[in-house]
Amino acid sequence: MSKNFIKVALIGNPNTGKTSLFNQLTGLNQKVGNYPGVTVDKKQGTCKLTETHQALITDLPGTYSINPTSIDESIVLKTLLKKDIKESPDVILVVADVENLKRNLLLFSQIKDLEIPTVLAINMVDQMAAKGISIDVSALEKELNSEVVLISARKNIGIRAVKEAIIKCHVAAKASPLCGINSKIDPDYFEKLKEISSSYSLYELWLMVTQNNYPDSISKQEKEKLQAFKKDSAKLKKYQHKETIYRYQEINKILQKTYLVDKSKATDIRSKLDKIFTHKFFGYFIFFFILLIIFQSIFDLATIPMDYIDAVFANLSDVTKENLPPGVFTDLLAEGIIPGIGGVLIFIPQIAILFLFIAVLEETGYMSRVVFLMDKIMRRFGMNGKSVIPLISGTACAIPAIMATRTIATWKERLITILVTPFTTCSARLPVYAILIALVIPNKKVAGFLNLQGLVLLFMYILGFATAILAAYILHKTLKTTSKSFFVIEMPNYKVPSVKNVFFEVVEKTKAFVFGAGKIILSLSIILWFLASNGPASFDDAEKNTIENQVNKQLSSEELQQKIAAAKLQNSYIGIMGKAIEPAIKPLGYDWKIGIALITSFAAREVFVGTLATIYSVGSDDEDTATIKQKMASEINPDTGKKRFNFPVGMSLMVFYAFAMQCMATLAIVKRETKSWKWPLIQLFGMGLLAYISSFLVYQILS
Amino acid sequence: MSTIASLLVGEMGYISEESLEVIPLKLLEMGCLPGAEVTLVQIAPLNDPLYICVNGSHLAIRKETAAQIQILKVNLQDV
Repeated sequence: MSKNFIKVALIGNPNTGKTSLFNQLTGLNQKVGNYPGVTVDKKQGTCKLTETHQALITDLPGTYSINPTSIDESIVLKTLLKKDIKESPDVILVVADVENLKRNLLLFSQIKDLEIPTVLAINMVDQMAAKGISIDVSALEKELNSEVVLISARKNIGIRAVKEAIIKCHVAAKASPLCGINSKIDPDYFEKLKEISSSYSLYELWLMVTQNNYPDSISKQEKEKLQAFKKDSAKLKKYQHKETIYRYQEINKILQKTYLVDKSKATDIRSKLDKIFTHKFFGYFIFFFILLIIFQSIFDLATIPMDYIDAVFANLSDVTKENLPPGVFTDLLAEGIIPGIGGVLIFIPQIAILFLFIAVLEETGYMSRVVFLMDKIMRRFGMNGKSVIPLISGTACAIPAIMATRTIATWKERLITILVTPFTTCSARLPVYAILIALVIPNKKVAGFLNLQGLVLLFMYILGFATAILAAYILHKTLKTTSKSFFVIEMPNYKVPSVKNVFFEVVEKTKAFVFGAGKIILSLSIILWFLASNGPASFDDAEKNTIENQVNKQLSSEELQQKIAAAKLQNSYIGIMGKAIEPAIKPLGYDWKIGIALITSFAAREVFVGTLATIYSVGSDDEDTATIKQKMASEINPDTGKKRFNFPVGMSLMVFYAFAMQCMATLAIVKRETKSWKWPLIQLFGMGLLAYISSFLVYQILS
Repeated sequence: MSTIASLLVGEMGYISEESLEVIPLKLLEMGCLPGAEVTLVQIAPLNDPLYICVNGSHLAIRKETAAQIQILKVNLQDV
């Protein structure tokens, strides 16, 4: 790669403003990709350093050290140990918080020992005066043997200096270690370790031994020799403890000469706010009040853009049909692709609103207080305080929610959170609930002011959450793991959220949904369209046979067309599939048409509504304005002569959709996050069984 | 011997040298070092976790972890 193109890795403790700096440096030039080999997303962006120099900036998850305890943190280690030219960073930019410089320097000192050129950016310096902090930058540079820059990413201070420091640091010769861990701990031991390989720094070798993480470039003999060092794990642990203490001693010495805090100047708003937000009673009250506001906004604010998107795609479909010459391609476009894309985009408003709230709560520092408040409660169910964030995010979409479990350090707690998150009512269930509630629940007031339909919807949300908690409890009691639960979270300072950070966060999460779930939903819409408009020989005969059978009856051409369309669908591949499963779903109150919708929506729940739309409209050319809802309402069950979608069927279907694992994208994510097919399959069958049994009971009891 | 878990809200102590063996590496890295000053800021509503301030870091840890970390209590009257 060219000398003027520098790969920079951004590393720092959580809550140091790392993301602010990333956003400031890269602006709109960022993209979220997938780490090759590591099952985690990485955020990258390009930055123009000078007229001649470009940088590729990689934002790594926040970490307190390079001894990882969570998946998020292990990415940092993996990136640093990588030795291939394409992936490994040329320069590391460590971002530190001016208030917690001591702790931040621990990570810095570890990175320095890897002998990679490193720049230290001390962030939030705009608050230095208020906090009574003063720093002797040139003395610190000398002590640390590194470029040091004072910045405020939020206030856009010092960004140019950061860029200059990156170039300067890149040009300079090989970096030297800061602490030199060997002599103070066990000189003989580290001398032997060092002899194993000359192509790695001593600290890199030490990390390979303690973290069991070897770069691909290491030779087999070297690896075997390193593994010999692993034998005494108690000794390793002791040395790691010693190493940390030693580093802090060195840092204290350095800071004594360069860093001054006048505590009398410190003002303390945080303790006042903490008293309110973590109050024994008001703490929960505020949290539930915030949740209420979030859900209200999701429903009230999102409906307007959702209706708009719905209308636009319906129009687009009609316009395509009218303006393109009739044929297979036009049908595919108008009945498969366009409704498919619409089916994905319609969720954007809800997902964006939810993630807007979550991003704001995270940015302000409030989320850590929620984690603090909820830890004890969640622990009873085998999760921990950090599980609250995935469970809330799950009400938008399980995909980013499951990705949010990466901060949970204990495998069992993380696994349980991953397994139960799909029970929370995601936005894909909403259209299903909405249409079924409108069909079977009367629109009337209860107790004078409560809307009955709204109450049923609320009940479905509570049902989802309660099931998640209950399932967690069962898993907690049945899963046997040896991993010990460990929990620690930093309570960051309260901050006013930065508009830029919130904006990028919402865009990123929404994109993750659109491209993650979108691909699957779109391809299914196309497959579905194909299966519904093709079939074996009887499909081709359907039209002729219908005309012959109806020849003596007085039917208008419209009615005849409807009959033909229905006959075609019945004989299409999808119709055959629906009929094949009819015996199995009859006890739940469903017929083959609902069966088709069940099959197709196994991939993604929201496809249910689209499928019914297809079932009731495929092939009919008339400009019938009847909505799907009206068509469903007038559907008759031939066995009873009454409405197909009556109360028992509607409730049975809703319960089925509440429990069944109908989301391919989620299964794919669970596979990716648990690195095995075992858990997604357990989820698929467990949830499917629960769905079948409960909807069977609901239908049999109600009818 | 008292531990972090036995502090009352607002009370302060110093982490004792004997604790070094039992402090998890993660907490050590976050600043829970022997000799460091630790204050109990708040206790969560259901009596667990504990919100502590140690070495300038504000952390929440569970009671079971806190109960393993020995401290020397500072009696404010002595100061």
